[in-house]
Amino acid sequence: MIRSEILREIAPILRDQLVVCNIGIPSQELHAIDDQPTNFYMLGTMGLASSIGLGLALAQPKPVIVIDGDGSILTNMGTLPTIANNVADNFILMIIDNGSYGSTGDQPTYTGKKTSLSKVAEACGCENVIECQDKDTGAVLQEALEGGEMHIIVVKCDSGNAKMPVITMDPVVIRDRFMNAVAS
Amino acid sequence: MSISKKIVDDFVANDVSFITTVPCKQLAGVIDEVDTRPEIYHIPSNKEDEGMGLCAGAYMGGKRPAIIMQNTAIGVTINTLVTLTQYYRMPLPMLISYRGELREPVACQVEMAVHTKALLNQLHIPTYHFHTESDADELDTILKYTFMCNKPVAILTDASFWGGYGDQ
Repeated sequence: MIRSEILREIAPILRDQLVVCNIGIPSQELHAIDDQPTNFYMLGTMGLASSIGLGLALAQPKPVIVIDGDGSILTNMGTLPTIANNVADNFILMIIDNGSYGSTGDQPTYTGKKTSLSKVAEACGCENVIECQDKDTGAVLQEALEGGEMHIIVVKCDSGNAKMPVITMDPVVIRDRFMNAVAS
Repeated sequence: MSISKKIVDDFVANDVSFITTVPCKQLAGVIDEVDTRPEIYHIPSNKEDEGMGLCAGAYMGGKRPAIIMQNTAIGVTINTLVTLTQYYRMPLPMLISYRGELREPVACQVEMAVHTKALLNQLHIPTYHFHTESDADELDTILKYTFMCNKPVAILTDASFWGGYGDQ
């Protein structure tokens, strides 16, 4: 499965949750599949989805799901020790690991070679690190939500992108409706 | 009252309850003071752009955030300041040690100091420079201004403000 197929499959689980979505095509795909006020789309700033999500989880009690990518985690690898040492049990980091930089033309990342993000996360001190296959994402995510503990889920899947339109919503509108959803 | 205590008192009085830090020798006292306050969640970050991401999330979660860092971080965080903090219109007080100014013992720090105000100016970031201890009297007003206008705001604090490096 490619990322967009996974997102389509887990959209019913994501719908009622606060979601912080990674820059570029992942946000475009989620926006096209199931736009919700509870979705925060990153329009820039590669690498910071997990940091934004952790800050959000630490600041309020609702569950927060971050949809991140292997390339973005590699860009901001320092996020994993911070996550491990600031445990928020309402925080789920889901890394869609397709071994490529999807938004820039599917150039390979190191996670498709020797580097294991789940092992890196464990070495950083993260607990509840689960590596799963694309088809199992929904079940693993649902279980993590019900578990009520911080989870890092590394979803191994195929490289590839769906053709979706660019998000034209104003960033302040995205942020404002998201904050209203957080506060409601 | 120590200047570090006064600074953190102003943060608390303005309801700043989420502070991320990347350390600097000059800021050690403030960071220690932040750690003693139960009103503040202190989350050290490994890099300043990561810290700004944390602050953005905390802000959307209903907390008032702040970041404490060195001026070298302006070089690290330009993209984040522009495409996250400014683009989504979020407030962010940045308490910055202004290394490379008068009384600086490390020559390399000057290389970033000469660009610091020019970069902040180019980014249209309101910038305040604390040089003597009484300059900190404005911190309370600067914090109110930051959360009024939803912008990143820089507070540069130089070596003279902190009383030098002790051995000169």
